Amino acid sequence: MGRGYNTIAFDAAKCDGCGDCMTACATAKTGTEDKTRSRIQIVGSGDDGFELALCRQCGDPKCVTVCPAAALTKNAESGVIEWDAAKCVDCLLCTIGCAYAGIALDSGTGHVAKCDTCDGAPACVPACPHDALTYITTSRIYNEVGGWEDLFTPGLAGCQGCNTELLMRHTLRRVGPDTVLATPPGCVPGMGSVGFNGTTGTKVPVFHPLLTNTAAMLAGIKRQYKRVGREVNALAIAGDGGASDVGFQSLSGAAERNEQILFMVVDNEGYMNTGMQRSSCTPYGAWTSTTPIGRGSGGMPAQGKTQDAKNLPLIMVNHRCEYVATASTAYMEDFYDKLGKAIEASKRGFAYLHVYSPCTTGWRFPTDQNMEVARKAVETNFVTLWEYTPNEGLRLTRPVDDPMPVTEYLKAMGRFRHLSPDQISHIQGKVVENLAFVKQMIHRSSV
Amino acid sequence: MEHTKYLVVGSSHAALEAVTAIRMHDADGSLTLLTRDAHLPYSPTVLPYVVSGRSAADDVFLRDETFFATNRVEFKRGSALKALHAARNAAELADGSEIAYEKLLLATGAAPAIPPIPGIDQVSYHVLRTLDDATKLHAAIKQSKQAVVLGAGLVGMHAAENLVKAGANVTIVEMAKQLTDGYFDPVAAQMIEKAFTDHGARILTGSRVVKLAPSAAFGTPGTTLTLENGTTLEADLLLVATGVKPNMDYLDDGGSGVEHDRGILVSDTMQTSVANVWAAGDCAQAKGFFTEAKVMNAILPDATEQGRIAGMAMAGDPGLKYYPGGVPLNTYHFFGRHAISVGSSKLPEGGEVLTRFDEASGRYLKAIFKDGRLLGIFGVNEFFDGGVMCQLILRRVDLSAVKERFMANPLAVGRELMSQLWR
Repeated sequence: MGRGYNTIAFDAAKCDGCGDCMTACATAKTGTEDKTRSRIQIVGSGDDGFELALCRQCGDPKCVTVCPAAALTKNAESGVIEWDAAKCVDCLLCTIGCAYAGIALDSGTGHVAKCDTCDGAPACVPACPHDALTYITTSRIYNEVGGWEDLFTPGLAGCQGCNTELLMRHTLRRVGPDTVLATPPGCVPGMGSVGFNGTTGTKVPVFHPLLTNTAAMLAGIKRQYKRVGREVNALAIAGDGGASDVGFQSLSGAAERNEQILFMVVDNEGYMNTGMQRSSCTPYGAWTSTTPIGRGSGGMPAQGKTQDAKNLPLIMVNHRCEYVATASTAYMEDFYDKLGKAIEASKRGFAYLHVYSPCTTGWRFPTDQNMEVARKAVETNFVTLWEYTPNEGLRLTRPVDDPMPVTEYLKAMGRFRHLSPDQISHIQGKVVENLAFVKQMIHRSSV
Repeated sequence: MEHTKYLVVGSSHAALEAVTAIRMHDADGSLTLLTRDAHLPYSPTVLPYVVSGRSAADDVFLRDETFFATNRVEFKRGSALKALHAARNAAELADGSEIAYEKLLLATGAAPAIPPIPGIDQVSYHVLRTLDDATKLHAAIKQSKQAVVLGAGLVGMHAAENLVKAGANVTIVEMAKQLTDGYFDPVAAQMIEKAFTDHGARILTGSRVVKLAPSAAFGTPGTTLTLENGTTLEADLLLVATGVKPNMDYLDDGGSGVEHDRGILVSDTMQTSVANVWAAGDCAQAKGFFTEAKVMNAILPDATEQGRIAGMAMAGDPGLKYYPGGVPLNTYHFFGRHAISVGSSKLPEGGEVLTRFDEASGRYLKAIFKDGRLLGIFGVNEFFDGGVMCQLILRRVDLSAVKERFMANPLAVGRELMSQLWR
């Protein structure tokens, strides 16, 4: 298995060209404040925006291949391309190989110099006063979790570009083998959790309850295990239809009884597995096969769903569960943090995790855009990432200071293509209203 | 007969890149790397530094046995290709044995071209192409009092500088009118020449050696050189560095049918004229970027590029992109200064040359444009990102609007363009 690596990320929109990062780098690496000797170089201008010349620590590094002296090597552990001063012959061929100006002549030493990420604590990142530089360490999840046992069998059959397989494999790896899994009708069993030809798709006990009784059955199984003195994690992975529509009664009941289970909802905002019918989680204006676009009837053209989505996770907060949170696969560190807390909480009582899951097929967007759509949902505040516990109340885990207009999200997919300006302003209004509602709840929990 | 899916002949940059490219796409197909050299893979480009002592001869290897084991590559050293029997997909080795291949890469590099000077077979001389050559020359320069270097290309100049630093009286004899012809223009060559003469070297450009004879002037086997104008030179060390020629005798010995001219002729995917045979690196003659004609572009960065393309083509990698054509790329260090040349030094019709020269600092910059597009850029003591410049050339970026700023500061403006053009 390959390794993931940490990386220095640059958000050009936040950079004002102050150069503090360069000063910090020059100070750390050369002991001077000479910005020309910094290994991170901010280029450009206030008019055209600022950009970055910095070693990309390429996976297939050209500087390494053109070095005649074997002085450059990619460290397989850290991912950093390391320069060996003892082997370097100062030929500068690496600077001809690199198309990103990531390795250049340091006039102070006469040798080439490049970013080495300061051994995992880059000096430039904390020096940035505008958070334009961040050190992304999400790779540790991949590296750590990649070593844990994958409790799903190979060959799950999802739609191309779907993030649910990622979610399933990550979640079960994290929850571990002492688990009983419930997967009611929906995309998760559709992808193969309940298996094919008489074998299950999981390496843990799995069952396929009805849409209506998932939480009830799982609660019973958990109680039986407790009765016989065996500690197991009771986990449901359900769709939004199975949770918010007909499954809601048993979900609400289990939450009210504070059953010790972890109920995870993969919210793709409709019954996508059966042909993309609307659910109570489908947002206003969205096309589905049961909220079509067309001439309509009675003089009323059909323009997608005419009702707003139910905010299921907020309803779960009102059950005063042990733990309630929303998450997104575009923010895996946040998701992992919440998954860990949810597992802990489920040992005490009811834990609810609501994961937003863009649907390539049903929402109509290209298969390589899943994470991008998920990210835009958060960055426009179309969905908000937060967590709730009875003691701490509600708090935003990834507040968005400067949200993009909701149109950035809407235009990323086909199901909103038909929207009229009125519908768009309705949705933008709902985004503001929903956020205000969440903030009110935050306020209530802080007093 | 031994059988292998991929047979790669040669063990330097082109060959090693091909191995990497093959393994990227085909993790399991049997792969054999064959080299006539007795050592682990190394770069000819590092050899001048072995001569100077800057690099230790045992610390220049590009790969170790672990690499070959990990990548399941059968690495056979000291095993030369003698003849290629392309009609039956077989390579005949020097020891008479044969290897059957499914796909063959010829990355056999080049060897010193020895000029047909009368008497050259009577005298002892050095060349510099293999690690053993370098080790021998490294030992010899310490003893030398009076050395002659034939040829003022980068190999000759590097060695001459080493000889100067080791304390020898050095004479460089070059047929062309200037040093480093084909790499650097007359202004840059003049700067290089001055650095050498300042350090006591003697430069004889536009000179031809017409006769070589053994000399006993030094007590050790030396050489007397006679120049065209009648001058004679005495040398206790003679280095012949008058260029290289591709290693491809094996093509004719086996009647392979592989077409060749100055090098092995290859297509834009490095395929030769014969099925299942590819060629890359210093032995290949491929399309130039500035001309459709096939050219020799025997430089390290191009060898890696060609090797990668050949490897991808051999493995059937669908990510294969056609070779854009060779762009000359060279860097050169001399007496603490550096020179970089990227692209074509020829001024085409309708082209424009811009130069900047500051005598005090010794900074020299020259760029050639046509229709606002950069064709070549050359600097002495003026650092710019060669890789960025190369992309500006390959992408034919229109620099009309920024030409003046670009000439004033190619480093900053190049990076600015880069950040806008290839995020």
